[in-house]
Amino acid sequence: MILNELIEIVDGYLHNEKIDGSIQILGGCGADLMSDVLASIEPGAVLLTGLCNPQVVRTAVMADVAAIVLVRGKIPPPQTIDLALEEDIPLISSPFGMFELCGRLHKAGLPSLEKPVEGEQDCGC
Amino acid sequence: MASPTQKRTRIITDQEAENISRVEELAYEIKVNEVMTKDPITLAPNMHMREALEIFRQKRISGAPILAGKDNLVGILSIEDLIRCLMNTDLEASINEYMTTKLATIYYNDPLVEALKKFVATNFGRLIVVDQDQKMVGIITKGDINTGLLKALEYDYQEEEVRKYRASHLFEDIESDRTSLILRYNIKQGDFTTGGQASSNIKRALVRLGAPKQIARRCGIAIYEAEMNLIIHTTEGGVIRVEIESNQITIDTYDYGPGIKDVEQAMKPGFSTASESVREMGFGAGMGLVNISRCVDQMKLESVWGKGTRLRIRIFLDDRSKESEENES
Repeated sequence: MILNELIEIVDGYLHNEKIDGSIQILGGCGADLMSDVLASIEPGAVLLTGLCNPQVVRTAVMADVAAIVLVRGKIPPPQTIDLALEEDIPLISSPFGMFELCGRLHKAGLPSLEKPVEGEQDCGC
Repeated sequence: MASPTQKRTRIITDQEAENISRVEELAYEIKVNEVMTKDPITLAPNMHMREALEIFRQKRISGAPILAGKDNLVGILSIEDLIRCLMNTDLEASINEYMTTKLATIYYNDPLVEALKKFVATNFGRLIVVDQDQKMVGIITKGDINTGLLKALEYDYQEEEVRKYRASHLFEDIESDRTSLILRYNIKQGDFTTGGQASSNIKRALVRLGAPKQIARRCGIAIYEAEMNLIIHTTEGGVIRVEIESNQITIDTYDYGPGIKDVEQAMKPGFSTASESVREMGFGAGMGLVNISRCVDQMKLESVWGKGTRLRIRIFLDDRSKESEENES
């Protein structure tokens, strides 16, 4: 799936002014804990998240995330947008919630790029 | 002749701006005079069409401006005019019988996009480039525009390639018994806005140095988790020191307090001492150190409560160093 198709499916607003809409999105991952993202996401995925702080973009850069979708119509603070522009990571706001977004994208054929993490049975909570 | 001095307005809607590609950007950045053919071959109106044919063939051109006298532009002759003449078997006619006198001009300081617009609007094969005094300074074809854009794109691409090339040769070009590159970053406590910048910079440096993507990603994730630990948990921040060698990357992070009470417990997945506000930002899930250990080949965490913490991690770049490390231990 290419970025432009994804934006259409999630009815999204793209915050970046200049971005190549033809970049390939290989799969998806939904998480609000950045360490979960860093632990489990595979390169080339779209990250669906409810977090809006600049660290979401940092996490995306580290984990080779292809695009970020912010759920429930969240508008990120300017620092987050600035960083996304600087790092050239597509940042999208979608009016839908996390569950709806996962469903829409999965139905459209986007696979999960959350790999299972070994030895996580004991999460300590 | 169109007036080049007339005022032009260019309004782009936000929607259009979102769809602009690098080529389109360049079409706005590059000026007509940067890609035009300067001093084009010109012909005189009283020359025979046979001569024009011969010149087109020899010089491999498909059109030429027609000058009367020294610089009085009277028309333009193109391949199409020549074909018309050939069909009439009329090669002894003079150029002024076949040339086109309707001229499309473009101002030399205009961006390429203006020339593109004129090509679309007029269907002409070439435009006469004029200066502010309406004097011809060159001609421009669609081919000139293509060549200019391709050259500019190639240049863009090369700049990053050259950077990578220079960096990746660092270790080969400098001779020593053990060459290493050391990067240091000071990390401020509580700085969530710029936090992660050091990790971004280190990851970019590794890519430029020619590290495989997977290695750069593993280093990036490990260092980012360590950097966030310094931001979240220390009293006055700390330092990240990265030593890059041709066979391994060693990362030391250290701080001056408060230290970890129970290192073994800290290493347990899910254990965290982070505050609620830190958790709200998506951190403090107790997975940081666990993530680091998953990404690296060696990890050593030492801490003295009340003094500080030192984390040393290492990633090997070839199998040989990994093996020798295994033999040592």
